Amino acid sequence: MIQIPTWKRILIIGVVVLSVLFAAPNFIPKDKQDEILGKLPSWMPHKTVNLGLDLQGGSHILLQVDLASVTKQRSDDIISSLRPILREKKIGYKRLSTITTGGVRVQLRELSDASEVTKAIRAMDSTLSLQTNGDMIEGTFSEAAIKTIQDEVINQSLEIVRRRIDETGTNEPTIQRQGDDRIVVQLPGLDNPQRVKDLLGKTAKLSFHLVNMDVGSSDVKNTGGDMILPMVESPGETLAVNRQAMLTGDMLVAAAYAPDQNGQSAVSFRFNPVGTKKFCQLSKDNVNRLFAIVLDNEIISAPVIREPICGGSGQISGSFTVKEANDLAILLRAGALPAPLAIIEERTVGPSLGADSIEAGKKAAILGLILVFILMIGSYSLFGIFSCIGMLVNLAIVFALLSVMQATLTMPGIAGLILTVCMSVDANVLIYERIREELREGRSAVSAIDNGFRMAFATITDSNLTHIFAAIILFSLGSGAIKGFAVTTIIGTAASFFTALSVVRLMIIYWMGKRKLTTLPV
Amino acid sequence: MWTGIKLIPDHTKIDFIGSRYIGFAVTAIMIVGSIFLLATKGLNYGIDFTGGTLIEISTAKTPDLASLREDLNNLELGDISIQEFGNPNNLLIRVPNQESEDPAVQKAAVDSVKGEIEKAHADVDYRRVEFVGPQVGKELKVKGVVAVLAAMIGIMAYVWFRFEWQFGVAAVVTLAHDVFAVLGFMVIMGRSFDLSSLAALLMVAGFSINDTVVIFDRIREMMRKYRKKPMYEIANLAINDTLSRTVMTSLVTLLSLVALAVFGGEVIRGFTEALLFGFVVGTYSSIYVASALLLYLGLRPALEEKPS
Repeated sequence: MIQIPTWKRILIIGVVVLSVLFAAPNFIPKDKQDEILGKLPSWMPHKTVNLGLDLQGGSHILLQVDLASVTKQRSDDIISSLRPILREKKIGYKRLSTITTGGVRVQLRELSDASEVTKAIRAMDSTLSLQTNGDMIEGTFSEAAIKTIQDEVINQSLEIVRRRIDETGTNEPTIQRQGDDRIVVQLPGLDNPQRVKDLLGKTAKLSFHLVNMDVGSSDVKNTGGDMILPMVESPGETLAVNRQAMLTGDMLVAAAYAPDQNGQSAVSFRFNPVGTKKFCQLSKDNVNRLFAIVLDNEIISAPVIREPICGGSGQISGSFTVKEANDLAILLRAGALPAPLAIIEERTVGPSLGADSIEAGKKAAILGLILVFILMIGSYSLFGIFSCIGMLVNLAIVFALLSVMQATLTMPGIAGLILTVCMSVDANVLIYERIREELREGRSAVSAIDNGFRMAFATITDSNLTHIFAAIILFSLGSGAIKGFAVTTIIGTAASFFTALSVVRLMIIYWMGKRKLTTLPV
Repeated sequence: MWTGIKLIPDHTKIDFIGSRYIGFAVTAIMIVGSIFLLATKGLNYGIDFTGGTLIEISTAKTPDLASLREDLNNLELGDISIQEFGNPNNLLIRVPNQESEDPAVQKAAVDSVKGEIEKAHADVDYRRVEFVGPQVGKELKVKGVVAVLAAMIGIMAYVWFRFEWQFGVAAVVTLAHDVFAVLGFMVIMGRSFDLSSLAALLMVAGFSINDTVVIFDRIREMMRKYRKKPMYEIANLAINDTLSRTVMTSLVTLLSLVALAVFGGEVIRGFTEALLFGFVVGTYSSIYVASALLLYLGLRPALEEKPS
């Protein structure tokens, strides 16, 4: 054992050198980091460990996409377009309703109409799987169809969320899908996420409807083709508008903040060609009528059509503040969310706490290292020094791997790191104690070292593997904080295995050199 | 050549296993006590598991806790708890989740709490605001329990595979012992049990299994070496042989934990406390639970007639 083949020596030294190189950028003081890293040649490693939001300060927001609302909306849409078709074809039905799990149900008066109705439903939505049971026809979304719809919705939501957040100018946001129906948004450095939350809380479904002036605001029940919507400008008041939208927000191509002629905050917008044509025609037919601009089922403005508008651009003026108008423009530019989002978890750490935590972590780590160094050197003299160097190499490997993997270091991660340091010390202690035992039993120095490493190897393997094993399970099952802990534990334990059995051993072997040893400094 | 200080003399012959009944008594009291505390007083679950909003604030002038408590509870938003956090100018305020599913209601509740604080302290610094919805709270609870159980089963499976099934069983009983003891400690301390407490629990399990495996390893080695010796002596030999290692590693770990306790800051205070306690329990249990238990699992005759 006392011999280590040259290629192994080179490999060990190579790993150590690379680790130190890759870990180094993390130890440059923050304020000089950019300057110093900028001067390094491009082949040198530049990456540093990502600090978690709990250390760096920032906001973590978990959003839930209301997927149920999407299938419900789809079912509602099918019903509202099926109704006029049935009427047109003079097909009688007893009941026409949606199914809560997603789908539609028609109960017919005449069984003979069944095939006609199935055909009509199929033409509307081919993803529905249809079943006829007596006079009842049920169209439900198949699991595969629901899955496709949901994937679409999530991907679309991700895109819209990204666009909205980009508009706020937040630095390096992370926006990711989590699980089936969730989106994680991480906003480093943001200590008041209220604006982002406001932007994400709105579906921003915009539509233009004609106002039905015949229905007074006291008629609160939804009558026929109209719906009663509240007016944002005058709380408590409502207007009846056509259920059918004249135009929708997806026909907008641009939206921007622009004060109106009275200097009030407003949002100007432009339609795409289809929208322009449609709006032109409708405004021609409805001069002097009111139309309502509806955002998420609230009327934000209800101007009178004074003349046909064919230029394709328009303006929404309400009683907005500058900020509200700006936010509305952002929402319109980014587009509507396909489903409402709800914030189900939010963690915001202010910069002061984050900085305190880093400071505390640093101090604790340095004090811990110093105490452990004193103990190790006091107990094992020269070999103690070797294991202290091993400990530092261990930390370097962990930081190097975390930097290269661009993993995130959190407070629980630091705890994992401490566990790691203890593990690496433990491996050394096991070896040295074994060497002492072998010496007591009267073995020569060389054979004691040989035996010490060999006998301790099994123990170290067992204890490290149990650790890594448990950590892997934690990683695959745990949530954010626990994952952070698991990652550093896995990397750290693997690294400690390497440092104790290779790096420290190599140091001992170099130290022994060709000397004829009779005693050992342990 | 200077060889360093030996903290534990060579060739100790302490009869650990002989005093196992004292250990069993201590263990029984600890575990029964913990289970009793868990059942009666229960853990003070933090917002990670119950859902709710946690606000950490820091103010320039020291706030009057009693009057702030009164003001906040006059808002009628449920039971709002306020406690000092680290120093008198730092407060931790916990607002329960509101009944309504509507996120706007929760937001309004938090806003009114903030408004109330700002009345007295315009310069308040919101160091941390955490909101966990009821759904997420439930999920984190389930996930946490599953993670701990899975980790324990995984450890048992590994130890079983590497050693013999008796070792696996003893390892898991030991782990369960440590977990319960630490949970009991957490009930006594009354700090909120959140995700970082769970991490502490797992770390304790990690330390403890490490200690246990080291001693088991030595027991196995001794069993191969001395085929005739009764389990009683084997266990004692193994514990004594690894004693200096146990003490050294314990000291190292204690020192790093002390460093964390002194400088680690208030956020991880509960975490460090739990670790310090759990770590001592883990060392104790690898001797008095894990090794002692092996005597009763039929690995070989536990006690042999002493030669007369």
